[in-house]
Amino acid sequence: MKQFSYSRAVDAPNAVQTVSASREIKFLAGGTNLIDLMKEGVENPSALVDIVRLNLKQIKNLSGGISIGALAKNTDTANHPLIRQNYPLLSQAILAGASQQIRNMATNGGNLLQRTRCPYFYEVTMPCNKRAPGTGCGALEGINRMHAIFGWSEKCVAVYPSDMSIALAALDAVVNVQGANGQERSIPFTNFHRLPGDNPEKDTNLNHGELITTIELPKNNFAGKSYYLKVRDRASYAFALVSVAAGLEMDGSRIKQARVAMGGVAHKPWRATEAEKFLIGKTADETNFKQAAEAEMQQARPLEHNEFKVDLGRRAIVHALQKAMNGGRT
Amino acid sequence: MEDESQEIELTEDEKDLLKELLNESAELSNLGESRRKFLKNVSTVSAAILATQLLAEQKLLAFEPSGNAGFDVNQVDAMSIKLRVNGVEKALQIEPRVTLLDALRERLELTGSKKGCDHGQCGACTVLVDGRRTLSCLTLAAQVEGSEITTIEGLAKGGELHPVQAAFIKHDGFQCGFCTPGQICSAVALMNEAKNGEASYVTADVRAKSGSVKLSDDEIRERMSGNICRCGAYPNIVAAIREVHSGKAVVQNWDIVIKEKANEAV
Repeated sequence: MKQFSYSRAVDAPNAVQTVSASREIKFLAGGTNLIDLMKEGVENPSALVDIVRLNLKQIKNLSGGISIGALAKNTDTANHPLIRQNYPLLSQAILAGASQQIRNMATNGGNLLQRTRCPYFYEVTMPCNKRAPGTGCGALEGINRMHAIFGWSEKCVAVYPSDMSIALAALDAVVNVQGANGQERSIPFTNFHRLPGDNPEKDTNLNHGELITTIELPKNNFAGKSYYLKVRDRASYAFALVSVAAGLEMDGSRIKQARVAMGGVAHKPWRATEAEKFLIGKTADETNFKQAAEAEMQQARPLEHNEFKVDLGRRAIVHALQKAMNGGRT
Repeated sequence: MEDESQEIELTEDEKDLLKELLNESAELSNLGESRRKFLKNVSTVSAAILATQLLAEQKLLAFEPSGNAGFDVNQVDAMSIKLRVNGVEKALQIEPRVTLLDALRERLELTGSKKGCDHGQCGACTVLVDGRRTLSCLTLAAQVEGSEITTIEGLAKGGELHPVQAAFIKHDGFQCGFCTPGQICSAVALMNEAKNGEASYVTADVRAKSGSVKLSDDEIRERMSGNICRCGAYPNIVAAIREVHSGKAVVQNWDIVIKEKANEAV
């Protein structure tokens, strides 16, 4: 790890001001991803501003939903009574990710800003447009079993690794950020992360120095009918091959509203809008679930080694919707 | 020339003295440093030969304590921090990039916490920070200033093992032992998480309100998935945790074969 200087932020404006001064300076929260990347030489900041003690940890009810502090730990968020009761999909998604040790350390804001686990991104001797723009994509013609099937570009086929974010995408979260000079703005979750396009080095639409302060979730009627399904190479503590966050709001026997988001398939949480559109007004049965999945997966463009994700994704959507209908029980 | 492989014959008195020394030094402190200090002091008195031998052995196993082993504080942007580990506060001069794991192992000589992958993938470095299990390899030492850190060395109370430690021995919850300190720290925290009713990915219904959770084997496996055991001692680790968690004795599935028993078997 290269040398850097370390300081603790006094408050949020102070942290934003310090980090905004240079691209070489970064926020440090839980550190579970950043410290690892620094050990690998992928990230090489000259200074870290430790924000983990800042008072941005509250989880509280709002009139139209709930506000979650960016620096609340993943463990505390997943186990908060308000989240478990009203947003069980979010609890499940957080608990599907990483290990208890890592969830104890990781903050919500940091979870959103996780970088890809693409091995070509991690290995500094390999070409990678995300890590070193202009060097090419090692995975495009390389080993790409874990990579994207939706929305990739010739520049980058990496996938975004967070589980929590897949649930937040399905739940229409909003990310509140604070910039230099106290400027605040709200970014709808589906617009927070980016597809790679020609600039895969940019994971999100955050500007350098902007600090996530809270994540807001609007009220919804999915709580009794939602499920987060994660399919991976081993039963626990592995990144998703495919994951599906599903929520259904019923009107009698008909589906009034459906939410389906996928992880492990794209450079950002993939909102399965084709599947959602298909499901509205339909009965909640296997035939319709299969057709909804088909509608979504038709757009898939698999790479050399990940064609299995198309089939897996199709079945994962159906399974997640069935589990959601069954009350989200495991 | 003297045959080095030949064992030194001890008199009965010397054997007793050695036993006493080892017992006393083990009780002295959790910190290896104290044991060395003790042995050094002792070496100046009557048990000189024995103590010197032990000291030589210690030197082979661990380097000598020196304030800032491994780097020159004048060369880098050093910072002063205080770490509270196993109830003892220690002042350290460190570079910001020193992880908690390296501070524990290389500076505080607490080598119980292990460096497995050093990337947060194996759990061997697990310690407790304010009672919560944490990966010390992905934590900067500077980040946990002011926190209460507990390592495997701090779990036993005096000469009495923590119940999880005792259960790991009873159930043979290890083979090579490298992952064990991390496994045990993880399991100790797990007991509290269950008591607090925390959910996991395999919890049947996260919406259900619950006080303390009774963990099935599936729950134990899921909740311990951050600790990898390459020897594959998992069934025995689960048994050890199940016993402490449930408070009900779980049958020990192994025994030491003693001569009489071996004869019986024949």
